[in-house]
Amino acid sequence: MGGNSPCASCKLLRRRCAKDCIFAPYFPSDDPHKFAIVHKVFGASNVSKTLQELPLQQRADAVSSLVYEANARIRDPVYGCVGAISYLQNQVSQLQMQLAVAQAEIVCIQMQQDPIMVAANPQMVLGQADDDDQAFLLQNQCFNFANNNASSSAYVNIHESLKRESIFGDKVS
Amino acid sequence: MNPGRCAACRYLRRRCPPDCIFSPYFPPNNPQRFVSIHRIYGASNVAKLLQQLPSHLRTQAADSLYLEAQYRMEDPVYGCVGLISLLQQQIHDVERQLAMTQAEIAFRARHPQAVESNLLNNVGNPSFSNQASSWFM
Repeated sequence: MGGNSPCASCKLLRRRCAKDCIFAPYFPSDDPHKFAIVHKVFGASNVSKTLQELPLQQRADAVSSLVYEANARIRDPVYGCVGAISYLQNQVSQLQMQLAVAQAEIVCIQMQQDPIMVAANPQMVLGQADDDDQAFLLQNQCFNFANNNASSSAYVNIHESLKRESIFGDKVS
Repeated sequence: MNPGRCAACRYLRRRCPPDCIFSPYFPPNNPQRFVSIHRIYGASNVAKLLQQLPSHLRTQAADSLYLEAQYRMEDPVYGCVGLISLLQQQIHDVERQLAMTQAEIAFRARHPQAVESNLLNNVGNPSFSNQASSWFM
């Protein structure tokens, strides 16, 4: 890139596009909007510094994520990407709750169909449980479920990787 | 030297005017907050962005900019977009688990007599749930 075909960045910045222009591989001249939004949000010099500090093979991904963030910030100047994160976290929580309810329903169905077997082998239903107390807990969970209370997660076999701490605390509603 | 300067004006080594756009959101007791934001966005970009917003929304904007700046500093390649990808993957995984579990519930409801003791071993077993869901296809 370079020569008589400046990249989108150098066109916008009105400067000569050098052969080793750091922007040229990622901001072709046929997509001026891409650099325009990144420049608006982050500034050309910040983007240049960020790219210079990264190995070559990671720069394309970095540009893609910067463009994504810049787009999000322009669409939502108050929350930017953080708004999307909040929305997705809520979705994950809601789905986990629905999954907990569904799994509780299965446990209760099993309790109804074969209570003796389930009470004798709670670990077969609770998965990781290996404590005698889990049998008692299992009966209580089914009672709670029958009373439309599925908030307890003791009997839910949700993988630990799904649990994430809130990144907002009380900051964003 | 004005001891009442906000963190931004202290960092930029300038006078902090009474109507400084930064001072409500960058108090002097948290200099790192402005340093992070300035490093990623630049002071003038942040000032422009805040000025374009109504004043009652600027605190949230400053907070979200700070959060994104922290993510970007921790992960210069993906920033907070890495977290978005992860959350989207989690949603996909939980939706899949939920679909399998609901299929299992429907199966058990329609085939109560087919439940044997060895079926208790298959709670949460993907291959069993797949089999159960395939019976409805």
